[in-house]
Amino acid sequence: MTTFTFDERAIDFVEGQTVGAALINAGISSWRVTRRGGARRGLFCGIGVCYDCLITVNGIPNQRACLVPAGAGMAVTTQVGTGHDDLAR
Amino acid sequence: MVIVGAGIVGAACAFYGARAGLQITVLERGAVAAGTTGAGEGNLLLSDKEAGPELELALRSAALWNELGDEVGGAAFELERKGGVVAASSDGSLAALRAFAAEQRALGVRSEPLDQAQLHEAEPHLSPAMAGGAFYPDDMQVQPALAAASLLAAARRHGAVVRTGVEVTGSVLARGQLIGVRTSAGAVPADQVVNAAGTWGGQVSARLGAEVPILPRRGFVLVTEPLPRVIRHKVYSADYVANVASDSEGLELSPVVEGTRSGTVLIGASRERVGFDRTISIPVVRQLAAQAIALFPVLARINLMRVYAGFRPYCPDHLPVIGADPRVPGLLHACGHEGAGIGLAPATGELIAALITGQPTSVDPKPFRPDRLIGHLT
Repeated sequence: MTTFTFDERAIDFVEGQTVGAALINAGISSWRVTRRGGARRGLFCGIGVCYDCLITVNGIPNQRACLVPAGAGMAVTTQVGTGHDDLAR
Repeated sequence: MVIVGAGIVGAACAFYGARAGLQITVLERGAVAAGTTGAGEGNLLLSDKEAGPELELALRSAALWNELGDEVGGAAFELERKGGVVAASSDGSLAALRAFAAEQRALGVRSEPLDQAQLHEAEPHLSPAMAGGAFYPDDMQVQPALAAASLLAAARRHGAVVRTGVEVTGSVLARGQLIGVRTSAGAVPADQVVNAAGTWGGQVSARLGAEVPILPRRGFVLVTEPLPRVIRHKVYSADYVANVASDSEGLELSPVVEGTRSGTVLIGASRERVGFDRTISIPVVRQLAAQAIALFPVLARINLMRVYAGFRPYCPDHLPVIGADPRVPGLLHACGHEGAGIGLAPATGELIAALITGQPTSVDPKPFRPDRLIGHLT
């Protein structure tokens, strides 16, 4: 087993698993907070269509957890809102 | 009165016509705002108009959009009085922009010169390489499909009837006078017929026996993922004005960037004369994106979500055609507004209503008269 981190917690995965699958396997079902209602989001369609499972991977927001293959040492973090709040001036 | 087309111009004709007491039926082949209106950005611009009849129409329209914002409810169609920022990348283009703005100011278009520091204050993410710019406080934006729907809803409250999925196929004439139209759903009687079919106005005018030359110019709009408030105004390069007025056959590109209330950033504007070909051109999309990044370097790390294409309907002399066609009594045209149809729609609708009811007009209708174009037909 290899691991990546989710909000600094180590997550095990097997080669070929997506980030979303590994998170579900670790008992984590939500990893995004919507920008208006502040609601929690995780997998919905699970096949890359609905864009509900957006997550930040290595600092890049709006990645689909259900499609991105898990990789050793990845830094995966909860996405808040658009994931670009740092740009607001 | 029958109005052909439920885009923004048809909707404005319906609203001002119905408010003036005319009995209106809008006939639309597809759905509301399904053509050019739905494929635009919803710009209500004064800043890009040079002195002339189109600017007069735009000034009247700006006043009417403000009125509509209060009367019909601007929140329903995302009316934003956010102002436009024009940025010049060189001292040469800044000098041209200053001269252009001075001419406009003489005609009542407000603008303020911006030096580099003021430009940065207005748009913090703008490239520091810009020489300077201008702020146009009266440039506005609407969501065009919602604006068309809102105007049609208001027209219906004044008694207008809107029928979608009904295609006009020809005219019904009596002694050379138009007394109705033939449609895919039977004949519809009318004393007046207004051709507000936008890009397809040429086709509709031919079916009604008095063709006007309306040609399509393809434009793409790029849509980014939603962002916080990164781009505050409608921002474009000072080169845009030269492109809009261009007669060139080939591709013209100039960056136009703006945020929307939903958070997405819209990037235009390309113009190509390729007939009714909707194919998305990746090289053109790439160039548009590169130009937008040159204006706003931060966009380099932002994803595009989608691209859409639309046709901007233009007449050979780049003025819309508004008014009665002398060849077929009862037929009026209101089309050919190119990329400015959303902005110019209210004054067009008001003008059509005034011409039909015999009221005095707010702008001089002469430059828009259909007969100026008859010689252009081949």
